[in-house]
Amino acid sequence: MALIAFVLIAAIVILSAVFVIAARNPVHSVLWLILAFFSSAGLMVLIGAEFLAMLLIVVYVGAVAVLFLFVVMMLDVDFVELKQGSLGYWPFALLIGLILIAEMALVWSASGSLTFDNFDPSPGADTNTEAIGAVMYTQYLLLFQMAGIILLIAMIGAIVLTLRTRPNVKRQDVGKQTGRRRADAYEMKDPAPGQGI
Amino acid sequence: MTELGILHFLIVSAALFTVGVVGIFVNRKNVIVILMALELILLSVNINLVAFSVFTGTIQGQIFAMLVLTVAAAEAAVGLAILVVYFRNRRDISVENVDLMKG
Repeated sequence: MALIAFVLIAAIVILSAVFVIAARNPVHSVLWLILAFFSSAGLMVLIGAEFLAMLLIVVYVGAVAVLFLFVVMMLDVDFVELKQGSLGYWPFALLIGLILIAEMALVWSASGSLTFDNFDPSPGADTNTEAIGAVMYTQYLLLFQMAGIILLIAMIGAIVLTLRTRPNVKRQDVGKQTGRRRADAYEMKDPAPGQGI
Repeated sequence: MTELGILHFLIVSAALFTVGVVGIFVNRKNVIVILMALELILLSVNINLVAFSVFTGTIQGQIFAMLVLTVAAAEAAVGLAILVVYFRNRRDISVENVDLMKG
């Protein structure tokens, strides 16, 4: 039963991955990417790694795929023109793919038996999330903090890269506003009666 | 092959990795799809890590998969930011002219 579910979900993963790279419209590519992420989360649920599966949906579908969608829709690119001549790349790309597959098959045939008899998605705990949490904040605290720093640096980097100060845009400058004195705001005139200034 | 084993996951992961690499070569002009192919490659690595972690009964692989996820998210954010800046300067995203950016 699990095998049938696995074959179905795995077929969806591979097919949607192929459509990601073959779709004409990048918006469709992003949508196929979301399907690939969802079904790989299904693969992980099948063997009991629930926490990673949910994390995959939250991070990939919730953040990365939405980011891609925003950028694809924001950039006004002529995608038809970009696609021109890409058919010529297919033979070379397929050759590279075949070489990769052959290499991996070679490694597999050279390695010994790949059967492990201690299947356990949550060693030393009742649930998968508990098992991860028990080591994440103790044994791997440093790695966890470093992951946070990586995210912070990426965030700052993305902001610095895309921030631009455009000329001729009126902005509120609080320091300038509060620093204004009466003397430079207006001046007193004493016009003589019957004459203008 | 009658019950779910680690080999099944390794095959799916290998296929996904290959599709990702082929995708980089096929979409040589379109940086957005290249970034998506990179995400596919990282996803296949994650599947591999989780499968080994579960089938050997150790938790470390899942921790590492989480870190890979973090790096993938950071890489997507910075890559797309660079792409937006590049598009602002050149009005297109063709990879072939990227070397014009060097000083």
